[in-house]
Amino acid sequence: MFAFIINRILQAIPVMLAVALISFAMFAYVGDPVAIMLGQDFTEAQRDALVHDLGLDQPFWVQFATFTGHAIRGEFGLSYRLSRPVAELIGERAPATLELAFCAAVLALAVGVPMGVYTGLYRNSWLSRFFLTFSLVGVSLPTFLIGILLILVFAVWLGWLPSFGRGDTVQLGWWSTGFLTWSGIKALILPSITLGLFQLTLIMRLVRAEMLEVLRTDYIKFARARGLPNRAVHFGHALKNTLVPVITIVGLQLGAIIAFAIVTETVFQWPGMGLLFIQSVGVADIPVMSAYLLLIALVFVSINLIVDLLYYAVDPRLRIGRGKGGH
Amino acid sequence: MSNTAPLLQVKNLRVEFPTRRGTLVALDDVSFDIAPGEVLGVVGESGAGKSMTGAAIIGLLEPPGRIARGEILFAGKRIDNLRYEQMRRLRGKEIGAIFQDPLTTLNPLYTVGHQLVETITTHLPLNPAEARKRAIEWLEHVGIPAAAQRIDSYPHEFSGGMRQRVVIALALCAEPKLIVADEPTTALDVSIQAQVIALLKTLAREKGTAMMLVTHDMGVIAETADRVAVMYAGRIAEIGPVREVVKHANHPYSAGLMASIPPLDRRVERLAQIDGAMPRLSAIPQGCAYNPRCPQVFGKCRELRPDLLDAVTTRAACWLYDTETARG
Ligand SMILES: Nc1ncnc2c1ncn2[C@@H]1O[C@H](COP(=O)(O)OP(=O)(O)O)[C@@H](O)[C@H]1O
Ligand code: SF4
Ligand SMILES: [Mg+2]
Repeated sequence: MFAFIINRILQAIPVMLAVALISFAMFAYVGDPVAIMLGQDFTEAQRDALVHDLGLDQPFWVQFATFTGHAIRGEFGLSYRLSRPVAELIGERAPATLELAFCAAVLALAVGVPMGVYTGLYRNSWLSRFFLTFSLVGVSLPTFLIGILLILVFAVWLGWLPSFGRGDTVQLGWWSTGFLTWSGIKALILPSITLGLFQLTLIMRLVRAEMLEVLRTDYIKFARARGLPNRAVHFGHALKNTLVPVITIVGLQLGAIIAFAIVTETVFQWPGMGLLFIQSVGVADIPVMSAYLLLIALVFVSINLIVDLLYYAVDPRLRIGRGKGGH
Repeated sequence: MSNTAPLLQVKNLRVEFPTRRGTLVALDDVSFDIAPGEVLGVVGESGAGKSMTGAAIIGLLEPPGRIARGEILFAGKRIDNLRYEQMRRLRGKEIGAIFQDPLTTLNPLYTVGHQLVETITTHLPLNPAEARKRAIEWLEHVGIPAAAQRIDSYPHEFSGGMRQRVVIALALCAEPKLIVADEPTTALDVSIQAQVIALLKTLAREKGTAMMLVTHDMGVIAETADRVAVMYAGRIAEIGPVREVVKHANHPYSAGLMASIPPLDRRVERLAQIDGAMPRLSAIPQGCAYNPRCPQVFGKCRELRPDLLDAVTTRAACWLYDTETARG
């Protein structure tokens, strides 16, 4: 088990290094940080000094090593745009994105899985058809359009929910949370739906397809032949066997939720990392962009590890070396 | 056995599959009885309708397949028209089933103990601890060594033969009166087929369980069955006591099937090949379904379909045993 985790972490290192290299290349070669930082008026001496300070006169690999070393310690330098440490900026924005992603993921799972099970079990029911049609809408409408439609209906016409921002937040140490105030919770609703809807429909369709597949297997037929009640057959035997593929996709989608929060955050002016990233792209604020890229890569790699561990928990066939082996 | 009231009665069973291109008749006019404790062997080429008959009996025909005509009676009561929940209570408890492939019949994500205990507690008034004790006893019955330890193993930790023993334990653990065993050894290694059949036979004898045993293995039929039904293209071609059908088959198809069975000392042989192929359901010929392949075919065979007729030692669906035809 422990060796398995270590093994997975070792496998993740090259991936992170590759992303770091891209990040760094962007840092070093996209735009001219020196020109951006110096502004309009500068002398040749000032320029040389800055180049030296930034280490830009060093060989490529030395620069990359320095960059990586800093990145590991969470140091990405100063934002060109805001002249504040990037780590601090991201730290301020992370709670907003993570709370939003959490709500979207919970919504996608808590609604998507039961809908998938239902449509898998009752293929031809009226409600199943409705869910499937609804899921087509969720899959095909672009996120920004869903966001705008929701704003139009619930914020503009009905006036029930705010159209932008996080509402009132409460500071818990460095973490600012919207969960503790009524306006914070209200502000979360529309963005969570917007962000989670695509994943919700995806999870529903996936669970449905897997259920249909599993319900045809011999062990389900045998479970029925043993006279087990439907509840045990459907939820004990069938649903559990759909979990392995579902965990994979849900894991990847969780990463996607965080990464694609960019669009939702832009539509709702949600003060998270995605909005920070978009604002940084506009002015080529490279340190923020490269830090964000690395962070997203780290999220994906961590989720992958968690997914592997969950497999391990769900599927006994992967737990090698257990028991006495077969004969 | 003829004086015992039958445990299972299948009467004129017809199973249909509605499809876009018309209705397929998978089983037609299938009738047979099984007495308490009796073993009925069922043989016939692949696609003859053996599994379909088993599925109809345990009430698990795959939709859109449905019983279009006929009745199935168990212990004197109709079971073909029961609602799902009523039939569910019979499955496992009164009528057990064993499928072909033990590698796919057990849920890979649960221990064999879990699967045994859930079956036992579904049907018998035992608490989980008692059910677990019963489960261990059953694993011992079916010959799993160190059952008390192995009960917490997962299916993949057992070999194919051991898994089929577990499947047998699962099918028998609520002590049903009838077992539908659909090719229980076909997927197993040849070297262990005999052991598994012997186990099934012993347990059925011990508990007085009746069995519908579908198999391709004539050696198994000869040793295990009391009576044999030969199926062809969704119908019963011949049915009768095992000795008669195996040694002196009356129906030309059964005779062809039995013709090249090796002597009993070389058992575990597959069915002999008969020239030609069984017709597809959508293209069953008029008259006797076997007529294109039958060496003894005559005029009437191409026009009318024979019902099961009295052939003295057995009953055979063949015009050769029609007294009027013989006379005229
Ligand atoms: N779902 C289905 N739809 C239509 N026909 C089917 C279906 N399942 C089986 N059949 C047909 O029913 C016939 C009997 O099949 P089966 O009982 O499995 O044969 P056996 O077990 O004797 O090999 C075959 O011709 C098969 O093609
Ligand atoms: S009815 Fe005719 S064709 Fe059919 S088996 Fe008998 S002899 Fe052959
Ligand atoms: Mg079959």
